[in-house]
Amino acid sequence: MRTFFTFLMDGMKTALRGGPLYYMWMLFLLILIGITGWSYSYQLRDGMVITGLSDQVSWGFYIANFAFFVGIAAAGVLLTVPAYIFHRKDVKSVVLIGEAMALSSVLVAMGFVGVDIGRIDRAWHVLPYLGKFNWPSSMLAWDIVVLNGYLFLNLFIPMYILFNHYKGIEVPVRKYFFWVVLTCFWAISIHTVTAWLLSSNVARPFWHTSLMAPRFISSAFTAGPALMIIILQLVRRFTDYPVSQGVIKMLAIIMAIAMQISLYFVAAELFTDFYFEGAHAASMHYLFLGLDGFDGLKSWIWTAVGFNLIALVLLMVHKTRNNMVTLNIACVLGFVGIWIEKGMGLVVTGFIPTPLGEIFEYTPTLMELGVSVGIYALGAFVFTILTKVAIEIELGRMGKFKNIKQGVGNAGDLDNKIIVEPLPTTATVS
Amino acid sequence: MTDKQLPKNLQDIISHQNTESNNQTKGYQQAKEHHEVKSPQQTNDLKYSTSPQLLDVHQEAENMPDLAKRHFFKRIGMVGATGVAATTGVAAAVEATKAKPSWGGSSFMDAMGDLFQDHYTRMTNEEMTEALDRIKRKAKRKFGVDIKCEDTKPMPDTYFGYALNLSKCRGYRECVEGCIRENNQGRDSQVQYIRVLEMDEGDSNLEHSDHYYDPATVPMKGKYYLPVQCQQCDNAPCVKACPVEATWMDTDGIVVIDYNWCIGCRMCMSACPYWARHFNWTEPQIATEDLNHNTNYLGNRPRMKGVVEKCHFCTQRTRKGRQPACMEACPTGARVFGNLLDPESEIRWILENKTVFRLKEELGTEPKFWYFTDEARART
Repeated sequence: MRTFFTFLMDGMKTALRGGPLYYMWMLFLLILIGITGWSYSYQLRDGMVITGLSDQVSWGFYIANFAFFVGIAAAGVLLTVPAYIFHRKDVKSVVLIGEAMALSSVLVAMGFVGVDIGRIDRAWHVLPYLGKFNWPSSMLAWDIVVLNGYLFLNLFIPMYILFNHYKGIEVPVRKYFFWVVLTCFWAISIHTVTAWLLSSNVARPFWHTSLMAPRFISSAFTAGPALMIIILQLVRRFTDYPVSQGVIKMLAIIMAIAMQISLYFVAAELFTDFYFEGAHAASMHYLFLGLDGFDGLKSWIWTAVGFNLIALVLLMVHKTRNNMVTLNIACVLGFVGIWIEKGMGLVVTGFIPTPLGEIFEYTPTLMELGVSVGIYALGAFVFTILTKVAIEIELGRMGKFKNIKQGVGNAGDLDNKIIVEPLPTTATVS
Repeated sequence: MTDKQLPKNLQDIISHQNTESNNQTKGYQQAKEHHEVKSPQQTNDLKYSTSPQLLDVHQEAENMPDLAKRHFFKRIGMVGATGVAATTGVAAAVEATKAKPSWGGSSFMDAMGDLFQDHYTRMTNEEMTEALDRIKRKAKRKFGVDIKCEDTKPMPDTYFGYALNLSKCRGYRECVEGCIRENNQGRDSQVQYIRVLEMDEGDSNLEHSDHYYDPATVPMKGKYYLPVQCQQCDNAPCVKACPVEATWMDTDGIVVIDYNWCIGCRMCMSACPYWARHFNWTEPQIATEDLNHNTNYLGNRPRMKGVVEKCHFCTQRTRKGRQPACMEACPTGARVFGNLLDPESEIRWILENKTVFRLKEELGTEPKFWYFTDEARART
């Protein structure tokens, strides 16, 4: 009898079994999580004085990563739409991996908020009824709602599908189609709300722009596919799960388009601020050119601009986009470029100068990085387990599911051998 | 009430208040006696005999321990120092907190009581009494002294406002010192509710202001001085931004914080256009002899690490008819605090007879803090 209980138990067994490489990887992640635990204990004991934050720059590395990883989570939708709305079989076979990435990224984002609040012991104050939730006024309250909602959607839809596969049942998509559509809209909402968390502050002219949410979505749809392309190659390399080259091609094209839009938005902001420089342009001036001799972020942002431009060229040229070496370079550059631009570049710059015109710079401390490292690792840890279990179920090694080999093919016949109907965009660009 | 000559926004505030007062939040009790806010000439306030001077920052930096130095650099904005702080921060933090008692200086029961304490507006009288007792016990353990801590409710028919005469302010920073002594801010962390900006004549761009001028040399030729503190906005962005309603505007117009409900997310700090809100990056350190024993729950009681604080118009004083400490400390009489609902109050006279302005009025925050000059407005 295959019950939900045996499903969980078998899942746990699968997560605990693996080759030496698997154990070494998981041990490495656990060590990083341990570093976070150790560093965070100091933050709990001494307060947030161990960070480089100040009254002047009151959010920094933690919130920058929070904003970035909400974007990565939202990008999970880029696999959901082609898989369930356009019925692409090759995408559908990896959509569970995308959902695992979304789920892990939400956890990373929540982890960064968790370490950023000064009184974690009072986290229960945000619970409805028990606490006092300033909803719908507070954008942070909205963020708590949408992030938790997204977490549960990305937990329960894949779990529902996997549990049925485990029992040997292929559930027709129409049974959960509503929830899939909801997830698609929800993905946009989580990143929009995160952007509004910043843009709702009239006190910070740098953030107070209606372009913030569109910029967030476009940059998320650049960095998200970049990470996904790399992860799918790792899955292909380290497991026998078939990953179609068509999926990677599709993601590369999405990335190429999103990067153009993202850079266009940046250019639009730069023009508006610099054509006739008012007081509102001070933060932008600080970021790109430095202000009154302070230019701590200048080299960072120009690095990001350089990375993004190189990535853009590599993605736009047909030859380099289809070459896996140059595509991977583009992915790494694009991912790092967006991480700088929208993480530290966007969050920290909003605080410089302060509303009273003071310029005070911020550098994260080693302890702050120590607290952060295990949060990334936690995401990777959860992602590894979820992906491993999902693959074992899909390949019929855990439970009764056998469809995958007929549907997509074996690991042997990969790389363009699987014929799939290309999206209209694929056809026109290539 | 003679509303005829009131500026429009003030009329809005007052009419807003009149509707609000009939509709008070549950749990607020009206004070039994009606106190008049006295004008500065009438009030004979307590004076502080011991007045520790603010650190002479430039000399003291050399002698500070690492942790204090780190705070110091944070405050004075020396950017190069952050790198130094980053490397010494860990060791310094460890040093500074050696041999701390467990439970953050509380007994286990008190720690649990703090942990499960309800929101201010939902606490029963008994729960509030217990909370106040915990605050007193904690102060006793930490400072070895008995403090007084009350929960003073807003007075009826009171709506506070502040006006500051820029012609009179000479930048002595006495208000800053008076505020720190009164409100038990952490001395190491140098939290200051008031920031006095040294401005160039003919220029009101805040970015050109000097935050770290030497108060020994004021007033400087060619400069004027602009003190900024919480503007007690009638439409406060911080209140809107707080995810847990840990901060709200009370019926007397003061934006208060329940330090026991704040989760330390610092959303309000991002939302505030006046840089009025300050975070306790670590446990605030105050020498026992510097502690003000007369404290209030929504006011100057000793704070804990990880929460936000700001100017609260000295609730512990003003809700009992006294002046705020900054007004009392000001040697030039530049500051006028009072009840906007009282037509006889000095602040009403200023609003009716002087040309006033408010900081960043274009943001729609409706501050209850006005700036004016000696020049009277021509009457029509």
